[in-house]
Amino acid sequence: MRDVAIIGAGVTKFGELWDKSFRALGIEAGIKAMSDANLSGNEIDGIFIGNMSAGQFIKQKHIDALIADYTGMATNHIPATRVEAGGASGGVAFRQAVMAVASGMHDVVMVGGAEKMTDMDDVSINSVLDATADAEWEAGMGVTFAGLHAMIANRMIHDGIATREEIASFSVNSHFHGALNPNAQFRKAITLDTVLKSGPTATPLGMFDCAPISDGAAGLVLCPLEDAKKYTDSYVKVSAVAQASDTLALFQRPDITTYQATVEAAKRAYEQAGITAQDIDVAEVHDTYTVTGIMALQDLGFYKRGEAGKAVLNEECHFDSGKIAINTSGGLKARGHPIGATGVAQIVEIVEQLRGSADKRQVENAKYGLAQNTGGTGSAVTVSILEAM
Amino acid sequence: MSSVAREWREVPGRYNLKGTKCANCGTIYFPRRDFCPKCRRAGIGKIEEYDICRTGEVYTYSIVYDAPAMCDMIKPYAVVMVRTDDGVMIAGQLVDVDLEKVAIGMRVRAVMRKLSTDGESGIIRYGYKFVPAE
Repeated sequence: MRDVAIIGAGVTKFGELWDKSFRALGIEAGIKAMSDANLSGNEIDGIFIGNMSAGQFIKQKHIDALIADYTGMATNHIPATRVEAGGASGGVAFRQAVMAVASGMHDVVMVGGAEKMTDMDDVSINSVLDATADAEWEAGMGVTFAGLHAMIANRMIHDGIATREEIASFSVNSHFHGALNPNAQFRKAITLDTVLKSGPTATPLGMFDCAPISDGAAGLVLCPLEDAKKYTDSYVKVSAVAQASDTLALFQRPDITTYQATVEAAKRAYEQAGITAQDIDVAEVHDTYTVTGIMALQDLGFYKRGEAGKAVLNEECHFDSGKIAINTSGGLKARGHPIGATGVAQIVEIVEQLRGSADKRQVENAKYGLAQNTGGTGSAVTVSILEAM
Repeated sequence: MSSVAREWREVPGRYNLKGTKCANCGTIYFPRRDFCPKCRRAGIGKIEEYDICRTGEVYTYSIVYDAPAMCDMIKPYAVVMVRTDDGVMIAGQLVDVDLEKVAIGMRVRAVMRKLSTDGESGIIRYGYKFVPAE
């Protein structure tokens, strides 16, 4: 297997982008990534796209063909593949692309992630999101996606793993960073009180515990590490890309206060990279809800069970805290969560941090960065580790 | 709109908590599984019908305010994960209850109720919900 490098990265602004279509967003991210890698476009010999539900959100299936066509790649007839794994669609697309280059099947690959959610009404959007859990035995019984995460939160509070305030503080950390990211959907710092007093979605979680509905796209360009210098001086190495699965339904797990798929994917990723959790300087974790952010910090081995919430509440996860920086992009909560784009956008943020182009939220001397992307209630998880060169 | 067949084939599980048990390892499954994920090939042909116990206690819960269309008329409403007395976990709604009194450890039992109505002329879906046991 060949070592793989990321030579280009680009992301659109995330938010309620009324004037931009799915096509426009996908092209914008692709062009940014391609320009960043100094490519003409002819070098690209494969595309992988993470997208969860264009078939429902914009009633367009076959978006692999759409993206290939509108990015000009169909003129060269290169293969385009769309990947769906719920909220982990972007992370899984990235892993497929890394494997394609590592194996030698492809040389220069574009990875895209895109979702256009706001063309649909809110109630219908929620029904699409609910279907990433068990559509028959969770959503079909009236148990919403927010309700499932709320039940995790209540059990964590009951078991003494985190307090309500500690869980809520994850949103404060995300918004702190979102204010520093020009591409974030919400560029405003908030207080703990704002989260605690926000209208309930599913108790104990409120509106400010939940990632928003967003439009957006992100793109990356990969090539063999040994070829990276041909294109650019600012590239990063993909040190690990791991993926794990678990039951579709949350209630079928022995313990709902941990995502075993995160634990397993992280273990494999650290092994591949030859490092430990303590070596990571900056991480993007999947905070669809505040509670999943807290869980991720524990499942990834950054903090012991019961200690992650305290660290976040103590503002230890800020980019300038000198400890591991968490969700410097603003995370899903503040940067926004266009579902298929999220896993790719996480990688874009880590690339920015490792090559020192993260501007006002730059983590000093970051060498290793990690991204954790989750589908459903931890039914599919990818953990990727990148290394500065 | 859902087809009649899709709803009809799930009736035994949804109405009567019919699950399965792997005779090879003893694990009970709800919803039913005809292939034991623990025994895999060794469990083939050894899956038996099993009636899940209809009583149990609340393992965790939430009060849902942001409701899907099917539950819009009843919001806010309680959702629970219940560990039945035979140790099986089930997710569903908890009804006929004072929402402020819902708590972990609460004793509940399964009853059959209306789950949703698929528009004005579509199927009416029935299934289990939980109610306080005493």
